Amino acid sequence: MTTTLEPTNNTEEVGAVESFTVTMQVRRYQPEFHEEAYWDTWTIEMYGTDRVLDALHKIKWEIDGTLTFRRSCAHGICGSDAMRINGVNRLACKVLLKDLDLSKPVTVEPIKGLPVEKDMIVDMEPFFQSYREIMPFLIADESREPTRERLQSAEARERFDDTTKCILCAACTSSCPVFWTDGQYFGPAAIVNAHRFIFDDRDEGGDMRLEVLNDKEGVWRCRTTFNCTEACPRGIQVTKAIAEVKQAILARNI
Amino acid sequence: MTTQQQINIAAPRSGDIDPKYIRQSASSSSNWEMFKWLFMRISGPILLVLIFTHLFTNLMLGDGVHGLNFGLVAGKWASPLWQIWDLVMLWLAMIHGTIGVATIIDDYTKKDRTRVAFKVALYLASITIVVLGTLVIFTFEPCMTDAAGNLLDNSPSFCFNQ
Ligand code: HEM
Ligand code: SF4
Ligand code: FES
Repeated sequence: MTTTLEPTNNTEEVGAVESFTVTMQVRRYQPEFHEEAYWDTWTIEMYGTDRVLDALHKIKWEIDGTLTFRRSCAHGICGSDAMRINGVNRLACKVLLKDLDLSKPVTVEPIKGLPVEKDMIVDMEPFFQSYREIMPFLIADESREPTRERLQSAEARERFDDTTKCILCAACTSSCPVFWTDGQYFGPAAIVNAHRFIFDDRDEGGDMRLEVLNDKEGVWRCRTTFNCTEACPRGIQVTKAIAEVKQAILARNI
Repeated sequence: MTTQQQINIAAPRSGDIDPKYIRQSASSSSNWEMFKWLFMRISGPILLVLIFTHLFTNLMLGDGVHGLNFGLVAGKWASPLWQIWDLVMLWLAMIHGTIGVATIIDDYTKKDRTRVAFKVALYLASITIVVLGTLVIFTFEPCMTDAAGNLLDNSPSFCFNQ
């Protein structure tokens, strides 16, 4: 037989995906084995369609099974895999390797400001506690329970459309230098999710949420750094939402 | 944003939550933080006008930097306009700067004792400067004489007509 099924050289195939070597420099914290965090570096072969998450998978599945990180959907929906990639907060599943400068190692670290438990895993509880405190659910007068769907005009829906997109990944809150100082600030994500209800005309708990955020650790700690807007993988105008909540508190009190 | 304060729901603030997750700082129902924030934004632009007009009149008008001497300051403080101007500039800049530095102290100090120590030092320094500055603006003697009773060099011109 002259024809074989032997694989041909990849690069000569029509439509072949380019491949390249990537150096991944990953911040490790393995409290069972080392008290201190340290860097691990792997050089791996990846393809042009691969994302940072795929590189982490390759390391975990083929090289070092102890590498620990959260991910669920792998498609930018669940918000589990926010991490610091080359120094900025991104979802590992939304960053294509080919968009990074591969002449240098790609650094991957856990998000900052929340206690690290292992490798990329941080304790999200303080983040979710702030989220709970702004009461992220519809509050309506029980005595006026509707007998049908609560209708809303398209314009009224548009008012808070941007802030409905949050997936609670914590990229914004953990990019905020004010949050880094002591972790007491409510943080952009809590304010974004408060905004989503404050500006919803079906909701009647706006005053209570404004009261919660008119706190020493509330919106007034924001210094308009814009790190949150830059970090948000959903493109939410986070800093603008915070400014609108500030204005609503001012308007209510003056 | 319809408003109704007395809605009865099981929310974190209603006390239905494990106390270990309650935020450390007691929530203050005052508007203090809001007023500080507002003050920074109102005093900032006013300071912008006050400071740059001040720099322009002192450094550019007349003889410019070459005309800067005891007489220039003494002459300005003889006028109620510049007295008020400098007084407002002093108070706004000091309150603005003190609030700003207090914010930075809150950001960077970890222990309560360090925080209190820095803030006490800050407030003492600010109060001293505001009190002394106010005193000087209103009690300044423009036509000072030396031991022999002669007017000081560079005294403002109006002193010589007395
Ligand atoms: C020239 C006009 C000025 C403008 C327009 C201005 C404006 C502002 C604003 C808007 C803030 C709040 C920033 C924030 O919360 O994000 C601020 C903070 C601050 N200002 Fe001013 N200011 C001026 C002059 C001054 C002066 C004369 C001083 C010093 C006496 C000063 C010291 C500070 C400090 C220490 C902060 C805190 C910085 C921080 O929060 O990180 N500023 N300024
Ligand atoms: S606002 Fe954006 S960055 Fe912040 S938690 Fe929501 S999706 Fe993530
Ligand atoms: S894994 Fe779900 S958002 Fe990235």
